[in-house]
Amino acid sequence: MKADVSSSGPPLVELKGISKRYGDLLANDGIDLSIEPGEIHALLGENGAGKSTLVKILYGVIEPSAGEIRWEGRPVSIGSPVEARNLGLGMVFQHFSLFDELTVAENIAVALSGDWDLATVRGKLGEISRTYGLALDADRAVWTLSAGERQRIEIVRCLLQNPRLLILDEPTSVLTPQEAEHLFTTLDRLSAEGCSILYISHKLEEVRRLCRRATILRAGRVVATIDPRASSAREIAALMVGSEVGEIRTDAPHHPEGEMLKVASLNLPPAGMHGQSLRDIDLTARAGEVVGIAGIAGNGQTELFAALSGERLAGGPDAVVIAGRPVGTTGIDGRRRLGAAFVPEERLGHAAAPTHRLSENTLISHAAAEVSRSGFILVNAARRLARTIVQSFDVRTPEGDPQARKLSGGNLQKFVIGREIIRKPKLIVVDQPTWGVDAGAARLIRQALVDLARQGSAVVVVSQDLDELFEVADRMAVIHQGTLSPLKPIGEWTKEAVGLEMLGVAQASGGVHAV
Amino acid sequence: MTTFEAILLTIVTASTPLLIAALGELVAERSGVLNLGVEGMMAMGAACSFAAAVTFDSTLLGVGAGILAGALMASLFALVVLGFAANQVGSGLALTIFGLGLSGLIGAPFVGARRDPVAHIDIPGLSDIPVIGRLFFEQDLFVYASIALTILVAIYLTRTRSGLTLRSIGENHTSANALGLPVWRVRFWAILFGGACAGLAGAYLALVYTRFWSPGMTAGRGWIALALVVFAAWRPGWLLVGAYIFGAATVLQLHAQAAQFGVPPQVLSAVPYLATILALLLLSLRHGRAIGAPGSLGVPFVPDR
Repeated sequence: MKADVSSSGPPLVELKGISKRYGDLLANDGIDLSIEPGEIHALLGENGAGKSTLVKILYGVIEPSAGEIRWEGRPVSIGSPVEARNLGLGMVFQHFSLFDELTVAENIAVALSGDWDLATVRGKLGEISRTYGLALDADRAVWTLSAGERQRIEIVRCLLQNPRLLILDEPTSVLTPQEAEHLFTTLDRLSAEGCSILYISHKLEEVRRLCRRATILRAGRVVATIDPRASSAREIAALMVGSEVGEIRTDAPHHPEGEMLKVASLNLPPAGMHGQSLRDIDLTARAGEVVGIAGIAGNGQTELFAALSGERLAGGPDAVVIAGRPVGTTGIDGRRRLGAAFVPEERLGHAAAPTHRLSENTLISHAAAEVSRSGFILVNAARRLARTIVQSFDVRTPEGDPQARKLSGGNLQKFVIGREIIRKPKLIVVDQPTWGVDAGAARLIRQALVDLARQGSAVVVVSQDLDELFEVADRMAVIHQGTLSPLKPIGEWTKEAVGLEMLGVAQASGGVHAV
Repeated sequence: MTTFEAILLTIVTASTPLLIAALGELVAERSGVLNLGVEGMMAMGAACSFAAAVTFDSTLLGVGAGILAGALMASLFALVVLGFAANQVGSGLALTIFGLGLSGLIGAPFVGARRDPVAHIDIPGLSDIPVIGRLFFEQDLFVYASIALTILVAIYLTRTRSGLTLRSIGENHTSANALGLPVWRVRFWAILFGGACAGLAGAYLALVYTRFWSPGMTAGRGWIALALVVFAAWRPGWLLVGAYIFGAATVLQLHAQAAQFGVPPQVLSAVPYLATILALLLLSLRHGRAIGAPGSLGVPFVPDR
């Protein structure tokens, strides 16, 4: 198929005056957007700007309240995802649309139309995986996979359907720089083959790397359609948030001292059949510094977090020492009582109970503190605490004390991190602090973590976002297949070196293998 | 026929209705719908099948009426939990209470009537093999049908496209909807299948097992079928094993009572239920996590539109 980017024909898809109202809230307000054949078009905006709503309308998941969609010049009504797929739309969801108990191959098969059997699907899966470098084991159950691996399934699932318009929602948030670059090559190739791409991201550098046109949404409206390469990242960010976005302030740590966390020769067998074991992990975090743990999804980050938080206990008490106390065999609550705090990767269901109100969610980690007495909940204290967190961390809520699931990803993340920071912990361990979070919220979260460290806490950040780690960490190590590289000051790392450690090439005696 | 053979044969008869009812519930639950109305649908199946069989003097019509009654009850349940996204636990309990009451009304004129035994298949030669001959080759059609149904359901769930769709919907209906899978339609048919199976199990009870009607004759078998689905970790193969373990426990405790072990009969009749609890306990200890439960089980589906 030849590229046809000429503007003579009608655009592949054209949205005219799309609006979506939820009660009093106008999630989309008269949005116009057009995508040419073969174009990579960026959709930018903060969380809550209306990107997800717009994309769901385009994909037939929700109905617009007003407006028109034209496909190749013809007005169409996209009543369901099946109709969307039949038109040639493919979608990679931000909140994965995967089935935990099913295998990778089954997850892909269930979304395919036309004739197939599992053997064919497996074959095609292998083919796409190889072509685009998206490694996947067809027979593993999804619940055993990390967020990064899950996203690969979503991408492969779309590519298998030969879409004419591919919608990607935050596709690189869990990829290594090498993997992301690989994806960009893939997207460039798809674009050259004539496939249009609607690319939703908060990472402005990526958008500038990939796209020639970007539509910027703010509060449900289009504020500008620009050429991202002609504007600086700072200008684009200002358009998105409506004001200037500052850089993270990170003065050097004032002589970090006092080991708040010490992990010595920690070994942990895998939790499940497909889990990652931890081998001889050594790690320290001192009061006043931020320690970063980099690595590709599924290399033991989840297990390391569980071992640090006490969700899984180590073999002996001395394997994990918090604030000088051996806690290897102490549970999560005991560790919290020593002044430690933990924020797991999964916001809904792990860090917060989805159907509980924010005030009730404060109890998850504050049970020992001021919100309960003799087993009774101090309702007013809990509400006050929730309100304080909401105000201090700029959490935007639809109502006074909403259920956790009603918050957007970025706002809930600000809440769960704020909930821990407000306790002034001596040690905080955060897994993927800004995953799927918009630029404004990410900046706020990172600044809060850095500030906490500068006030004398030890902060451990486990992240797949290298830019983030280079921004906040004072020392960093890379986790690969359950082993941790030496912990070195951030100045001694280069992105290339980290990338090699992530792939395990740095230690391996074998040659460098292609990703 | 030795006593041993007789015991084995009664075990098969006691297990078959449990297996059939549990299979139907398993399919409904794999699609994400928890129907606690099995007991009520079974009672309706029993009453309607017996009434039809006596009225028309036809076992076949009786079975058809039983299946239909179960399916009708299930469609009522489907209307409430799918159409109005009502709470499934509450609706299911209501269905059981309603079914038990209505079946008593329908069956009232037929109390005291009796049906002749249903013909058994007899393969000359094979069924003369000692001990296993009669066990394997001289059962009624329902027994063979229930085994065949188990295999068919297992194949359907794991090997067919429609089965994969059903499992996906049960696992995560939000994702399934986002992918464009027909959540309501699949669940409707799954609920209906569950009702038809419960009705068939009730028909088996009335026409084969007891051959008479009395109110409340299902005696908690619908609940046992529900427990079996959990015991089997939502897998048809395990369901077969579980149904027979439970059937055996039911029959053996009767014989133990007859043999007068000096244990109070109440304790012995509790054995099957204790066995269920023990089995559940062992199973969850072995796996260490809530295995197999469909992710959307019991959660009303309200699409985001």
